[in-house]
Amino acid sequence: MIDDQVENRALYWRATKRLTVCLLLIWFIVSFGAGILFRDALDNFSIGGAPFGFWMAQNGSIYIFVLLIIIYCIQMTRLERKFGIKG
Amino acid sequence: MDQTLWTYFFVILTFGIYIGIAVWARAGSTDEFYVAGHDVHPALNGMATGADWMSAASFLSMAGLIAFLGYGGSVYLMGWTGGYVLLALLLAPYLREFGKFTVPDFVGDRYYSKLARVIAVICALMVSFTYIAGQMKGVGVAFSGFLGVDFNLGIIIGSAIVFIYAVWGGMKGITYTQVAQYVVMIFAYTVPAIFISLIITGNAVPQLGFIGNAVGTDVPMLEKLNTVLTELGFIEYTSTDKSKIDVFCITAALMFGTSGLPHVIIRFFTVNSAKAARKSAGWALIFIALLYTTAPAIGAFARMNFVETVNEATYIQDGEDYETRAAEISSEGGKPVPAWYKDWEKTGLLSFEDKNQDGIMQYRGPNAPDNIENEVDPNRDIFVLANPQIAQLPAWVIGLVVAGGLAAALSTAAGLLMVISSAVSHDLLKKTFTPDMTEKQEMLAARLAAAAAVIAAGFIGAFASSLPFVAQVVAFAFGIAAASLFPIIFLGIFWKRMNREGAIAAMLTGLISTVSYISYFKFMGGTEEGWWFGISPEGIGFAFMWVSLTVGVILSLVTAPPPLAIQTLVDDIRIPGTVKEKIYERRRQDLSGS
Repeated sequence: MIDDQVENRALYWRATKRLTVCLLLIWFIVSFGAGILFRDALDNFSIGGAPFGFWMAQNGSIYIFVLLIIIYCIQMTRLERKFGIKG
Repeated sequence: MDQTLWTYFFVILTFGIYIGIAVWARAGSTDEFYVAGHDVHPALNGMATGADWMSAASFLSMAGLIAFLGYGGSVYLMGWTGGYVLLALLLAPYLREFGKFTVPDFVGDRYYSKLARVIAVICALMVSFTYIAGQMKGVGVAFSGFLGVDFNLGIIIGSAIVFIYAVWGGMKGITYTQVAQYVVMIFAYTVPAIFISLIITGNAVPQLGFIGNAVGTDVPMLEKLNTVLTELGFIEYTSTDKSKIDVFCITAALMFGTSGLPHVIIRFFTVNSAKAARKSAGWALIFIALLYTTAPAIGAFARMNFVETVNEATYIQDGEDYETRAAEISSEGGKPVPAWYKDWEKTGLLSFEDKNQDGIMQYRGPNAPDNIENEVDPNRDIFVLANPQIAQLPAWVIGLVVAGGLAAALSTAAGLLMVISSAVSHDLLKKTFTPDMTEKQEMLAARLAAAAAVIAAGFIGAFASSLPFVAQVVAFAFGIAAASLFPIIFLGIFWKRMNREGAIAAMLTGLISTVSYISYFKFMGGTEEGWWFGISPEGIGFAFMWVSLTVGVILSLVTAPPPLAIQTLVDDIRIPGTVKEKIYERRRQDLSGS
């Protein structure tokens, strides 16, 4: 029982780290990637009447930030259930 | 009712509400005073965090800054929102699981060192005092600009209000006043935005108007703005003259700085679990995004409107009757200077100098094709303040905007005061110098520290009137938070091997390097040519953050690992529920033992 708990906790922490890294990768791509580093290329496309890279920097990335935290909350709750963490 | 009456009405009404909440939410214990009893609902805490976070700079200056900077303003938009992703994923849930009162509390316990705690206190105080100066200045501006009250008297009134609800109610009072302040703020911000959007783009949703066409044409609003601005000799709205590396670094410094700001972090100590802290960060960003996605739209609309109504308008002198003269100019086929312009000229936020003596106001950029000199100089704060008049909204909306600006400044100031007061009473007195004080004495110390901090902040605010505009001053705080606080909190959670020696060295490296760089280039005559790798003082915190991380890791590796108890503590804060469970366990054993 105790061993189970120890192992579950280790697995939970590993899964948490994996999820965190994945989401931060997206965080980096949509803001620093799309909004800054590659914005000139993305500006060739447009969303409505705005150049896409410019829009990502001023509006788009913010929407995705919100989504990222929501996904994180849902996934973490799922992980906690899976590994029997009370929370 | 006229405008001034409406303004008084809203300011007095909202101030009354804040004080009412404070009386209702009087803090009775240190738990309530520092962290509102660890028992605030995640959504409410999210709202309070939104108000805590969105300062006078966000409310008054940001949209105007974006209007002038165009794409360059993106650093604030991404920087001041993206930090919440870091906060939610890397810091908030773990710090909440740790379950104490302050940021130095975590540093002191995790790095088993009073010295580390004291250095963390110094960092927290430096960040908070820099930041609070901007808020107090914002209060002074709002009072003097709208109510004709003297700048310094405005600051005294603002300080008195914060004093009442922060000293009386502590974190509990502050939390619920911030919820009310958020509502006031967001309403005051979005209502004028909707009407401006209708005028410029015909779309009632500013975020959609932003990517829509200019009203009555098939040309996208942003494209039209680009054309208009280049014709006047400005750079395109969707471009910037900042280098890519600088834009990158400023954005990153603001993001990491945001997640390391003590007054933001302590808001997540007020919910009841790690899970609630995650959710709360999500709510906070939703509430913040409402304002932050509106701001770039306001910026673009305001710039467009400014060019269309002010450029080439015929000026009307102060002595002349505005109405008759305006009608005369219109009948001659000219464009009279707009009425809101004349109104705001009195505040000194706008100025017109008729350099070519033709009576017409020419608004030009540095590369004007017709070589005409620019004659109009608008202050950046003007756009949010004058928006309701530009959109010809009723007088009460203007009153609301003033109340909103004050709410933004006061809510942030109150959050900062909590950091200052708890750093002194809890971390310096209780945990370092006078550990045997009782809870009652600690509460008294906390209240006295809050009171002293309000007075100090008032003085700094009055002094700050001679500093550059609000948003720039605030940017300093982020560099320090990013380079000194973020690295050690992050490593403290994610790297068990991080020890006392590493933490102290990392904090000092970040603090000293960032402060020296910023001071040198801002106050001691450093010039742009001297910037390291082309990174401006605003962005340098990000570069020094890496230096600080590296120093911390290397020094930890060459010194002894942290004690076993600390390593267990780190294991525990990674698993939600563990810390609380162990405390209960210990209490049970104590009871059965006695």
